[in-house]
Amino acid sequence: MTVSEPGALDVASIREDFPVLDREFDGTPLVYLDNAATTQTPQQVIDAISEYYETYNANVHRGLHQLSQEASIAYEEAHDTVAEFVGAAGREELIFTGNTTESENLVAYAWGLNELGPGDEVVLTEMEHHASLVTWQQIAKKTGATVRYIRVTEDGHLDLDHAKKLIGSDTKLVSVLHVSNTLGTINPVADLADLAHAHDALIFVDGAQAVPNRPVDVEAIDADFYAFSGHKMAGPTGIGALYGKQAILEAMEPFNYGGDMITKVTFDDATWNDLPWKFEAGTPKIAQGIALAEAVEYLDDIGMEAIARHENELAQYTLDRLAEFDDIETFGPPAGTERGGLVSFNLGTVHAHDLSSILNDYAVAIRAGDHCTQPLHDKLGVAATARASFYIYNTREEIDVLIDAMDDARELFA
Amino acid sequence: MIGFAAERFSAGIANLDVPMGIGGSDMYRQQILDHYKNPRNYGEIEDATFTHVGENPMCGDTIEMDVVLDDDEETIEAIAFQGDGCAISQASASMLSKRLEGMTIEELETMDRDDVIDMLGVDISPMRVKCAVLAEKVAQDGAEIYFGEKDLEETTTEDDDPE
Repeated sequence: MTVSEPGALDVASIREDFPVLDREFDGTPLVYLDNAATTQTPQQVIDAISEYYETYNANVHRGLHQLSQEASIAYEEAHDTVAEFVGAAGREELIFTGNTTESENLVAYAWGLNELGPGDEVVLTEMEHHASLVTWQQIAKKTGATVRYIRVTEDGHLDLDHAKKLIGSDTKLVSVLHVSNTLGTINPVADLADLAHAHDALIFVDGAQAVPNRPVDVEAIDADFYAFSGHKMAGPTGIGALYGKQAILEAMEPFNYGGDMITKVTFDDATWNDLPWKFEAGTPKIAQGIALAEAVEYLDDIGMEAIARHENELAQYTLDRLAEFDDIETFGPPAGTERGGLVSFNLGTVHAHDLSSILNDYAVAIRAGDHCTQPLHDKLGVAATARASFYIYNTREEIDVLIDAMDDARELFA
Repeated sequence: MIGFAAERFSAGIANLDVPMGIGGSDMYRQQILDHYKNPRNYGEIEDATFTHVGENPMCGDTIEMDVVLDDDEETIEAIAFQGDGCAISQASASMLSKRLEGMTIEELETMDRDDVIDMLGVDISPMRVKCAVLAEKVAQDGAEIYFGEKDLEETTTEDDDPE
């Protein structure tokens, strides 16, 4: 395990919370380095899901019986817990969605379709995830708006001079990743929010790779919207969140209609429920929402500052180890620059998928492909990259296993 | 995660049913590596009867095939391919190009993914089948387009069911 230092994570104890980490394949222990895709789930979160189904499973907001009241309170309080975790004022500003992509689509359809028109501009970045890039491309096609992209520099940062040129009076929305899922870059989202607001534009921050591994305060950033996913932060799949400033959410049209989002219905019309329920149509993600709140409490107990240090430390160690080899190309900010807990790289001319297949023999799980950032990969001049990404239970020793296993790929493809 | 998650870890495959080794270096037997490193029929044929391209954009695998038919347009006389991508896709294209020499168009059209996997001679993990069959699909689509049975710009096997 990692050498203990003041404020460092107690990784040995954390690992005991994650049952899946006990898995072995032909006697080889799993080395799970695909956390930017999805993180593993601690027993506490699994128990929260079990407890819900075993003791108080009921539909929320419509039953007057005991189980429904218990489920409703737990589900509502889950909003408060998650809201507080990211610095939102309260549940009115925190909508549960399916994932970050759905949060993005919610804003695109409920706000973008109604607010954008010909001559308007949506400013994205070249490192944007398909979740935002494709969504705004399509909304632009429907509304006549134009999508523009802030350039990414050679060292994997956003070109802020270019951003200052792009963001102007025609800009209606800026949508930017907080942490790049491909490069690991931590973007200056508060500065970009200032820039957007100076031109009366809104800013949407995709925090899918930030909320899991660093302290996030949506009010300090002054984000108008901020989105993230539960399954990348020790929570279950099927749940994500959208933070939105209350005044903006109140002015917005609903995204989906039906069920929980309605107050009064006649044959002619309907009125909408209060926030956040106005944006949670139908029976919501009750078990997942409650479990996400449990995950948030689990992470909060460990401490987000310590998690951020741990993630950066593992990423820096990986960059240092990879730098020992002439045949490795890494992407993103250079060693020494703080980054999220991930490193994308290529081994010589070996295709990332071949590398991942070979690493699988060593029970090493990494991601290989385009990481849902095809245009960025085009710009980097590669079709695919391998990506090792870390979480609270990963160790330097596991990164050493990854580095050693790559020798096999070298031999095969030499 | 549009599409990609489904590609890598298909929900249809129970985790415990996937034996380790499949998808690992077992896929990279000598024959595969030999064809990958020394592809046969690599290049282009300028006066080909038909040319067709295929791409799996999420993998980054590309294959372009030039095929020369005999005067009766029944039999493949010569074939060349160019491409870029993973070892499985490129070795499969190389081996297929050897297999197709002298084959009739009718025989080409009856080939399926099992024939390709037999040809490769290794277990291909479910997630990599689309890499293995790209070349075969390019050849088949190229022929069908040439004979007016299909209208298609570019072939892909990425939207195929991975199983």
